Amino acid sequence: MSAPDPDTDEIRRRQRARAIVMGLALGGFVILLYFITIARMGAQ
Amino acid sequence: MTTTTATPRTLPAEWRDFVELTKPKVMRLVVFTGLCGLLAAPVTMHPVLAFTAVLCIALGAGAAGALNQWYESDIDAVMKRTRSRPLPAGRMDRESALHFGVGLGIFSVLLMGLATNWFAAGVLAVSILFYVLVYTVWLKRRTPQNIVIGGAAGAFPPLVGWAAATGQADLLPLLLFAIVFLWTPPHFWALSMFVRSDYAKAGVPMLPVVAGVGATRVQIVLYSLPMAAAAVAPWPLGLAGAVYGLAAVAFSLIFLALAFRVLVNRSAEPAEMKPEKQLFAFSILYLFVLFGALVADKLLMP
Repeated sequence: MSAPDPDTDEIRRRQRARAIVMGLALGGFVILLYFITIARMGAQ
Repeated sequence: MTTTTATPRTLPAEWRDFVELTKPKVMRLVVFTGLCGLLAAPVTMHPVLAFTAVLCIALGAGAAGALNQWYESDIDAVMKRTRSRPLPAGRMDRESALHFGVGLGIFSVLLMGLATNWFAAGVLAVSILFYVLVYTVWLKRRTPQNIVIGGAAGAFPPLVGWAAATGQADLLPLLLFAIVFLWTPPHFWALSMFVRSDYAKAGVPMLPVVAGVGATRVQIVLYSLPMAAAAVAPWPLGLAGAVYGLAAVAFSLIFLALAFRVLVNRSAEPAEMKPEKQLFAFSILYLFVLFGALVADKLLMP
C-alpha cells in the first residue's frame, strides 16, 4: 500500500473545514428563517 | 483586467480566504452606519428582523467586496497594501471568488426582501451593483473622480437600514447618505496621498497621482466644508437633537482643522505626511462618533 499523498491530505483537510463551516452556516440560516417566520407572523 | 493569478494553485481555498474576500475591516463601518440608520428610524423593529436586516447589509457589503477583489486582482497584485489578498496571493481561483460574490449578493438581497421589505432589498441591490459596476468596473481605472461618484456606494447602508425599518426613504436618511458621500473623498484622498506610489504603480488614476498632492489638498478642504454642513444640518432642521448637534459641531470643527493642516502641509514625501495620516485616522472615528451620537440622541431624547 502506498503512503498517503500530503497534497491529498491537505485537500481533504480543507474540504472538511469548508464543509463544517458551510454546515454551520446552513444550520444558522435554518434557525434564522424559523425566527423570522415567527416574528413576521407575530407582526401580522 | 487580466485573467491570471500570481501563482498557479491546485489546493481548494481555505474558508478563511472566503471571509477575507468580504473585506471584514471595511464591513465594520458599513454595518455600524447601517445599524445606526435602522436605530435612528422612528419605527421600532422586531429584534430578529433588525438583526437580519443588519446581517443582510453585512452580507451585501461582503458580496460587493468579493466581486471588487475578483475584478481587481491584477491591481491588487502590484499594490503593497493588497497583494496578500487571497486572489493575488494565489490562494483562491478567480471562478470561486466570482461564484461566491454573486451567490452572496443574491442571497443577501432575497433574505432582506423576505425578512423586511422589498424597497430595502432594492436599495441594497442598487448599492451592491453601484459598488461593483459603477465604481469598480467603470470609474476606478478611468477617472480621478472615481471615489467621488463611487463614494455613493458606501453611503447606502444608513439608507438601507432606515428603509428596512420604515419601508421608505425620508430626509434624515438622505442626509446621512450625503454625509458619507461627502466624507468619502477627504477620507480616501488623505489615504491615497501617502500611498500614491502604490496607486501610480498599479495605474489607478487617483487624484494625487493625476493632479498632484497640492491640488488634492485643496480638494480635501473643498469636500470637507459641505460634509461638515451636511453633518450639522439634521440639528437645525429639527431631525436630531442637541446631543447629536453638539457632537456634530465639535467633531466637524476638528475634522475641518485637520483638513486645513493638510492644506498647509507642503511636503510630497509620505514620511512627512503626518497631517494626512491624522486626517485619515480621525475621519474613521468621525463617522463612528457622528452616527453613534445620532442613535444616542434618539435614545436619550426620544
